[in-house]
Amino acid sequence: MNLNVGDVVAEKTYDLSRDTLVRYAGASGDFNSIHYRDDVAVSVGLPGVLAHGMLTMGLAIQPVVEWIGDSAKVLEYGVRFTRPVLVDASEGASVTVVVKVGTVDEDTARIDLTVTVDGSTVLGKAQAVVAFR
Amino acid sequence: MNPELQGRVFPPTASYLVGREKVREFSRAVLATSPINSDVDAARAAGYADVVAPPTFAIVLQQLTLDQLVAVPDSGIDMTHIVHGEQRFAYSRPIVAGDELTATLAVTSIKTLGGNAIVTAESTIVDTEGEHVVTATSVLVVRGDA
Repeated sequence: MNLNVGDVVAEKTYDLSRDTLVRYAGASGDFNSIHYRDDVAVSVGLPGVLAHGMLTMGLAIQPVVEWIGDSAKVLEYGVRFTRPVLVDASEGASVTVVVKVGTVDEDTARIDLTVTVDGSTVLGKAQAVVAFR
Repeated sequence: MNPELQGRVFPPTASYLVGREKVREFSRAVLATSPINSDVDAARAAGYADVVAPPTFAIVLQQLTLDQLVAVPDSGIDMTHIVHGEQRFAYSRPIVAGDELTATLAVTSIKTLGGNAIVTAESTIVDTEGEHVVTATSVLVVRGDA
């Protein structure tokens, strides 16, 4: 695979609904109720129900997996949770992931993810190291 | 947040058997489309013994270690006052259905900042041979009004 620094290799938008959040809660075992109950979210000072940070992180790597063709080629993956993703009960939320080549080494590459909702970045320093040989 | 927890290494968790249906369920939940995450034949054709867990699956094991941390009687941590600040995974090999894994938590750093505590929790996940599979690192912000 020929990689050039700065190339955008994938881009995808994910539509999240409350159903997506409930499904992730069950699959991950994270039943913090701020991810499905507006009353609880508001009571702790949030504007409403938020997506699990780990859901956003988990889906943001998927365009990388689709591009590289094997989830096991993701050797390292890290993010900062910089802005909560508010998921409206009727409107949901759309998360856009842009995947760019950051640096290229002999057998690995650092992949930089830009993850946004309504144009605002929600994950900071979202980077993965992938094997490409 | 009890600052004396810095440097503490917890006992390994009980063995966790990675189930095929759990991997499929988690894969659906993170909107994974790769066939090796859900299709046994595709995973075997790619050289794996069974379906391969998505890159963030290790959080399920790390959560078991964070439960140990919160359960310390004098931890001073209230779950409702924790904000997830950062998360990292570093894999030696992928997690595959059928793996039996244990996770060991080390609290590598606690920093106090304006009444909040910033905790770095590093969970080392190994297989039954003791071979390293993945290290999951969470940075948690524990709000000081807890």
